[in-house]
This record gives sequence, C-alpha cells and structure tokens, in this order.
Amino acid sequence: MRLELVKRPQQSTLFSALSPFIAFGLTIVAGATLFAALGKDPVETLYYYFIDPLTETWSLHELAIKAAPLILIAVGLSVCFLSSNWNIGAEGQFIMGAIAGSILPVLFPDFQFWFVLPLMLIMGMAGGAAYAFIPALLKVRFNTNEILSSLMLVYVAQLFLDWLVRGPWRNPEGFNFPETRNFHEYAILPEIWSASGRAHWGFVFAIVAALVLWFMLSKTIKGFEVKVIGQSPRAGRFAGFSAGRMVVFAFLVSGAMAGLAGISEVSGAIGQLRPTISPGYGFTAIIVAFLGRLNPLGIVAAGLILALTYLGGEAAQISVGLSDKVVRAFQGSILFFVLACDTLIHYRIRMVRPAQKAEVANV
Amino acid sequence: MFEAILLTVSMAATPLLLAAIGELVVERSGVLNLGVEGMMIMGAVTGFGVALTTGNPFLGALAAIIVGALFSLLFAFLTLTLVTNQVATGLALTLLGLGLSGMIGESFVGQPGVRLQRLDVPFLSELPIVGRLIFSQDLIFYVSVFLTVAVAWFLFYTKAGLTLRSVGDNHASAHALGIKVIRIRYMAVLFGGACAGLAGAHLSLVYVPQWVENMTAGRGWIALALVVFASWRPLRVLAGAYLFGAVSIGQLHAQALGIGIPSQLLSALPYIATIVVLVLISRNRRLTMVNTPASLGRPFVPDR
Repeated sequence: MRLELVKRPQQSTLFSALSPFIAFGLTIVAGATLFAALGKDPVETLYYYFIDPLTETWSLHELAIKAAPLILIAVGLSVCFLSSNWNIGAEGQFIMGAIAGSILPVLFPDFQFWFVLPLMLIMGMAGGAAYAFIPALLKVRFNTNEILSSLMLVYVAQLFLDWLVRGPWRNPEGFNFPETRNFHEYAILPEIWSASGRAHWGFVFAIVAALVLWFMLSKTIKGFEVKVIGQSPRAGRFAGFSAGRMVVFAFLVSGAMAGLAGISEVSGAIGQLRPTISPGYGFTAIIVAFLGRLNPLGIVAAGLILALTYLGGEAAQISVGLSDKVVRAFQGSILFFVLACDTLIHYRIRMVRPAQKAEVANV
Repeated sequence: MFEAILLTVSMAATPLLLAAIGELVVERSGVLNLGVEGMMIMGAVTGFGVALTTGNPFLGALAAIIVGALFSLLFAFLTLTLVTNQVATGLALTLLGLGLSGMIGESFVGQPGVRLQRLDVPFLSELPIVGRLIFSQDLIFYVSVFLTVAVAWFLFYTKAGLTLRSVGDNHASAHALGIKVIRIRYMAVLFGGACAGLAGAHLSLVYVPQWVENMTAGRGWIALALVVFASWRPLRVLAGAYLFGAVSIGQLHAQALGIGIPSQLLSALPYIATIVVLVLISRNRRLTMVNTPASLGRPFVPDR
C-alpha cells in the first residue's frame, strides 16, 4: 500500500478554499494529542488556548497587539514568497526598523514635537527596508543565496541591538539595566481606544497594509508581475519584467513592513529598546504568510490565529500549568499541516496496493 | 597553548562538518533540506536527555542519530511523497525543531551534562602534537572525518554514488533509466538527518556538555552555507568547516583578550564571515553553475 499523486488538470478551487481549514483542524487534533500526552485535559487546554483569550475585552486588545507585527511582517513576506524571493530574515529587519525608528527618542530626547512620531515610523520603515536591501543587492549583483544571507543578518541584528542597549544607548539614569531611556510622550504610538485596553495603532497599520497590498497584488499590473515572475521567471522575461528589479522591490516592501512592525512594537507596546524586543515574530510571520495562503486578506485572519496561540500559551500556562515552550512547537506544527494540505490543491491522492499497480498504469 | 587552540578549533568545526557533509549528500540527490538547524537541535536535546537519564553518552549519540533521521523523515514524506515546496518545508522543519526541542528540554536546563570521553588511539596518541590533535579526540570527531572521506569516495568512485548524483542532476532522465528517484532521495534525506542529529549531539555532549535552548545558534544554517561554499565537494567541506571553526574560536579568544572591540560585534563575526564567503563563491557564476546539482530543489512527480 502506498500513496500516489495524480495531478489535477486544474487547481482545485474547493481545496484552495478548504486547505487552511483542514490544516487548522489537523493542528487542533495534533495539539489535543500533544496536550493529552503531557498529562493535561485536552479539551480544557484547547479552551484556554483558543477561547479564553477571546472572552474579555482587555485580552482582545492584547490579541491586536500580538497580531499587528505578525500581520505587518507576513503581508510583506507574501510579496517576497509570491515572487519566489525567500526572505527569511524578517526578524532582523524588524529589529533594524526598531533601532532606526528609535534614533530620535533615544539620542535626542529633548526634541519633543508632534511630528517626531511620524518621523520615527518613516525611519523605522527605511531602516527595515535598508537592511533587507543587503540580501537583495547581494542576490542581484553576486547571485548570493538570499535565504542564507538574510538569515545570517538576523543574528547580526540581534547582536547589534544587544550591543546598543548595553553600550552606547544605555539609559544614563537606568541603574545600569540593559535598556534605553523611556520614550517621551511624543514618541509613543497612541492607543486606539484607551478606555478599554492598550491596543495601539500598529494594528490599524497592519489592516491598512494588508488592504493596500491586497489591492496591489490582485488589481494592479505590479501584482501580476509579482506572480508571473514567481511562477515562471522565463515567462516573466518574455513579458519584459525584470527579475532583478523584482528581487529589490520584494525585499524593500517586506523590509519596510517588518521595519514598521518593529518601530510600532517598540513605540506602541514596549516604550523603549531592550536586548530582546521580539518573541520571534519574524519567524512566526512565515507561518502566518503560508497559513494565509500568501493572500493579504487571508493573512489578517492567520495573523489573528497565531496571535491567539501566543495569548493562549500564556493563559494555558497560568490556568493548567502547561509550559509556555509548547507554543512554539504548536506553531511549528501548523506550518507542516498547511504545506501538506496544499498538496490537495494540485493533486489527487490515491492509495495504491501493489497488485493494482499494473491496472493503474493502463489508465 | 597553540595545541589547545587547535583542539578547540576542531571541536567547533566537527558539528559543522558533520551537518554539512550530510546536507551535501542530500543536495547531491537534488533535495534542498533547509531543516538542518531543526534536525540538529533535536539531536542535541535527544543526545543530552538520553545521556543524562542513562548515564551513557554513547547511547545519547546513538539516540540523536535515530531522532535526527526520524525527524528528517517528516521532511522527506512532505517534499518527496506529497511534493510540497522544499524551501517552505525545510523552514517548517527548523521552526518545529526549535519549538519541540525547547519543550522537551525544559527540564534539562541547568543540569550538568555527561561528556563524551576522549578515545586514545593506542601508540599514535603519544606522538608529539598530532598525537593529541588527531588521535586523542572524541568518537564523533573520528566519525566526522571518516564520513567525509567515505562520502567523497562514495560519490565519485562508486556506482551507487554516480546514481545518486544522476538523480540530483536530472531526475527525469534518471527516472527514465529505471532508477528509483524517490527511494534514493528518501535515503539521502535520512542520511542527512542522521548526520545532523549526530552533529547536534556533539554540541550537547562534547562542545558544551549542557542543554541550552537554541544552542545550535545558527550552526545548521552555517552548515548549509558551507555546502555552497564547498561547491558540493566533500573535501572542500572539510576545509570550510575548519575555517569556520577557526573564525568562531578566534573571535572567542579575541573576546577573552579584551582587545577593545565590543564582544557582540566579535560574536557577529562568524555570521558576517558566512555572508562574505557566500558572496565570494557565488559571484563566480561559472563555478556555481558547473557544480550545483541541476535538479536541486525541483519537485519530482514520476509520470507513470
């Protein structure tokens, strides 16, 4: 008995729509099995993971805070992945965006005007984009594998941030803690609706970015170019599209999005720079991008789901004593199921018994 | 002193060498497995855990090999049987491995580890300098050197090696000749997983006999870069791994000496060196074109 794939004449529209749901369902089953194996009541744990954080207003705000960077990074990555540019260094671009955006409030704390915040956001995007430009340039000019170069730059960015907050940017009044001075009021990203919780404008940016990139990808020539180059570089060349320019474009867009996510997180949720400012958002966003089937609107939903796992992980730790380390294992398994289910879009799967093989060959 | 430095270089190089030599075989068969980091960290946590509970580091290393191979089977099933995108699946393997290992290893944090003992080769280990360097190392070091030579011989001097390379260079033709493309790729991926698992065990049983979350710290990715750097040639992987071992040990010594450069910038050196080396190698398009397995990363569905 073995599996055999039969190519569908066309993509299955049914499974394109269904596959994320099947994948998510399978993840739930796998999660329940995992929780049971760890000696926890699976139903109760799943409740704390996926339902409990949705029952209170303040935790809905927390959900928006966690979802904002995931969605922002993932919509940028969708442009990269659709055009077959494998930027996996979004975590580094997130950090560099946060650093570039923090220059004003950290180095010029007395410079307090209303336009500081917009400047910070622009500098954050520029910082992320500039950092993403490095692997793009190396790929175009020297044919360097962008997967490896973008990933290596993540480690460099993390170490650079660590050096900054322990060294030159350390808060002079901070009792030697490794952190920068707190941002002044003009450098703080405001809360959307502060009466009910602390969700900040980063979430609005994420939604706007998703809408803009959705429009770009599905309604404009540029979006068409992205997809053609991604699916068939040869066809793209015949159409007169430049693959090199697309590399730069995709990296700049995703770098800018990751940078915006970084500065929004720092100025909205944290309020200063610290040695660690991200629980791996840049990597989790890869999962978000695929779970959202590289469609910006799907990514909004996927970002909310992955954000929920972060909150659910905390809730389950407090209520049923499940380690918060389980979250990352759980998130990792989602991507597996998503990828496996995507096979159903292009292929039918059939079981073949050895005896039947001759018969199948004749069909 | 000099001898001690060379010894630590070889300790830093061994896990890179092992993981890279495994990945080299995988890529020669036309499969790009970006999950090296994930398989390595699973090997590290398994090796540590088994050695700790049984008290026997050899069992730990053996378990790491098995778990690395089993973990790579997950990748093989998805990319080879279900024909999923290899880049995305490899990333998934890495993310899952980092997550799972953190979960499994939570109770190991801070526990004193079990170190894999040195094995002295009789007589030879008493030779001056080379004796200590080459003939008085841990078992995994010997395995890594042996595997490098064995893989070089296998790939270029045996029929099976030629078959494996043909699968990596043109899977359609290989299939037409009746070669079982998928089966050979499965075996290659399993071998790569076993090597990465053992590489991880070297980290947690020899290099720093401890369990720390994310302790591979990008070594799996550096191993991937080494394969490109070596332009898919086993003996060049050996040279590359020792070069990188030297860079990472060199920066550690520079930190210890306190030469006025911030430690974080020195710690970033191996990663920056990786990028620089990749640029230098890949800018020579002819070299990479000639050596890259032509079917690398391409999906294969046999037409029946």
